[in-house]
Amino acid sequence: MRQELCVIKSVQEIALDTYEMKIVNKHISEHAKPGQFLHISVDGFTLRRPISIANIDQVHEEITLVFKVFGQGTKRLASYQQEMTINVLGPNGNGFPINDRKKVLLIGGGVGVPPIHFLGKKLAEQQVELTTILGFQQKESVFYEAEFNQFSETIIVTNDGSYGEKGFVTDVLTQIDEFDHYYACGPVPMLMAVQKQLSDKQGFLSLEERMACGVGACFACVIPTKDRSGYRKICQDGPVFQAEEIIL
Amino acid sequence: MIDLSVKLPGLNLKNPIMPASGCFGFGREYSQFYDLSELGAIMMKAATAEERFGNQTPRVAETASGMLNAIGLQNPGVKQIIANEVPFIAQYDTKIIANIAGSTMEEYEYVAEAFNEATDVDALELNISCPNVKEGGIQFGTDPAMAAMLTEKVKKVSRLPVYVKLSPNVTNIVDLATAIEAAGADGLSMINTITGMQIDLAKRQPLLANQVGGLSGPAIKPIAIRMIYEVYRHVSIPIIGMGGIQNAEDVLEFLLAGASAVAVGTANFQDPYICPKIINSLPEVLEKYGFHSVQEAIGKGHV
Ligand SMILES: Cc1cc2nc3c(=O)[nH]c(=O)nc-3n(C[C@H](O)[C@H](O)[C@H](O)COP(=O)(O)OP(=O)(O)OC[C@H]3O[C@@H](n4cnc5c(N)ncnc54)[C@H](O)[C@@H]3O)c2cc1C
Ligand SMILES: Cc1cc2nc3c(=O)[nH]c(=O)nc-3n(C[C@H](O)[C@H](O)[C@H](O)COP(=O)(O)O)c2cc1C
Repeated sequence: MRQELCVIKSVQEIALDTYEMKIVNKHISEHAKPGQFLHISVDGFTLRRPISIANIDQVHEEITLVFKVFGQGTKRLASYQQEMTINVLGPNGNGFPINDRKKVLLIGGGVGVPPIHFLGKKLAEQQVELTTILGFQQKESVFYEAEFNQFSETIIVTNDGSYGEKGFVTDVLTQIDEFDHYYACGPVPMLMAVQKQLSDKQGFLSLEERMACGVGACFACVIPTKDRSGYRKICQDGPVFQAEEIIL
Repeated sequence: MIDLSVKLPGLNLKNPIMPASGCFGFGREYSQFYDLSELGAIMMKAATAEERFGNQTPRVAETASGMLNAIGLQNPGVKQIIANEVPFIAQYDTKIIANIAGSTMEEYEYVAEAFNEATDVDALELNISCPNVKEGGIQFGTDPAMAAMLTEKVKKVSRLPVYVKLSPNVTNIVDLATAIEAAGADGLSMINTITGMQIDLAKRQPLLANQVGGLSGPAIKPIAIRMIYEVYRHVSIPIIGMGGIQNAEDVLEFLLAGASAVAVGTANFQDPYICPKIINSLPEVLEKYGFHSVQEAIGKGHV
């Protein structure tokens, strides 16, 4: 992890309140692993904003971020223009362990979809057989369906049924055949439901929590664990954890 | 040549800049960014007698020009800190200040005594002002008689110079400071965070799991300056100043108010290089305002 300056190549609204930002940086493009995030400094704000790495193009030294405008910080970030420079810490955290997989289920909910996209691309490069379930609130929020279709069978679920299947990602889990591992990122209620429903499977969950330093020094973003070590730090020990290890 | 060094009880500092307690862990993470030997000192995360897991999350919130935190003194306990963390920092050429906290007087005494064994620790910072724990902490920091008693007890058991960290959550900071000085403190550090709250509009409840948290960052700097200015006039022990420092100009302002050295907290989260950056630009700023040394600037803002 380093502090790096990145030049913005493009910012584009790709779904309702959802922006895709492409930035250029050699170090990060060379070192980033799926599941890692960038801790982004936004003008006028005390705390950096953590955003997952959604894709890497090593040839062009390009990193893709996808974020939803949630509050003031992400609103400001969405207003940034091409050619502007952003200051980031990264790549931060530990990625998803991806060795020796054969059949994998990917689950992404809302702004949990971006890290799952980068992960899916990497797994597909390793010839892993993939099935993906992506959950969104409504039709207007759906993004990256075509991208996922390039490397995975993909099921889209919307809460209101305005696109794809109606309901939550967990409503379609029963449709999925055998898989040896699953990976999920999304809102906590979704992760809790997945953790419970797939308790007989080996899985990895990527978590979100309010962060300050983003590097492991301040103990802001912790998650209780089942072993007696008590808490682990999401920014440093995570954001990816084994599903059975943590208490949501 | 501008002289950045300052001599405080137990602390011969090569420069007056140190990361503030709780904002720098035990140094490991920031050692990825720069050589910790550049720092005048390091104030470690608070140590308690036993391991503490701290509060529920969310533990932090953004505010205008600052942040709220309610970490709740999460730490591995004094024994682990002495065994695993102090030796790590001791590899570097910098001073080590151990921040200690507790729920009872006995706990403070226990932790202070434990640090007698840690030969690499140079001073204690008595955190009697943490707003984020249910018992102890802040009570000791708001009642001058209690604060004095605690200072005395810790002084009695410790071989180290004791800096007492003042709470700004009081109506009369001078009463507190003078009582602590009379009880034998070697120095003061100020200020800790100011109690605050943020309410989540959608959830209609306090955003932090602990409900209240401590406000830090540039928002509190004028309060820190005012309190240091007031206290400086009434005590003769040195003050380590902190609260919203972001650059070398801020450092000079703290020196003028009466601080002999300063700590940088929240600013580390925005810029991991903030401490070395301030150290590098401090000579120029001192020179610009007509000072040849840090020592020379201390208290010079008083009229
Ligand atoms: C490891 C990690 C990866 C993430 N990846 C993405 C991503 O790829 N795309 C995306 O859209 N969002 C992602 N998020 C969530 C994103 O960080 C928040 O939506 C964002 O910080 C909100 O900032 P704001 O200023 O708009 O909101 P505000 O509510 O104004 O922010 C106030 C404070 O709360 C924090 N905060 C608020 N919501 C969250 C949250 N859900 N998680 C963490 N901090 C929060 C902010 O960082 C800020 O410090 C990720 C979060 C984490 C922890
Ligand atoms: C996340 C966080 C954790 C903190 N933990 C401690 C602590 O363990 N002990 C302590 O004495 N002060 C603690 N503080 C207070 C700081 O050391 C400092 O006094 C305060 O933040 C003001 O300085 P700043 O505005 O530069 O951050 C903490 C502050 C923050 C922001």
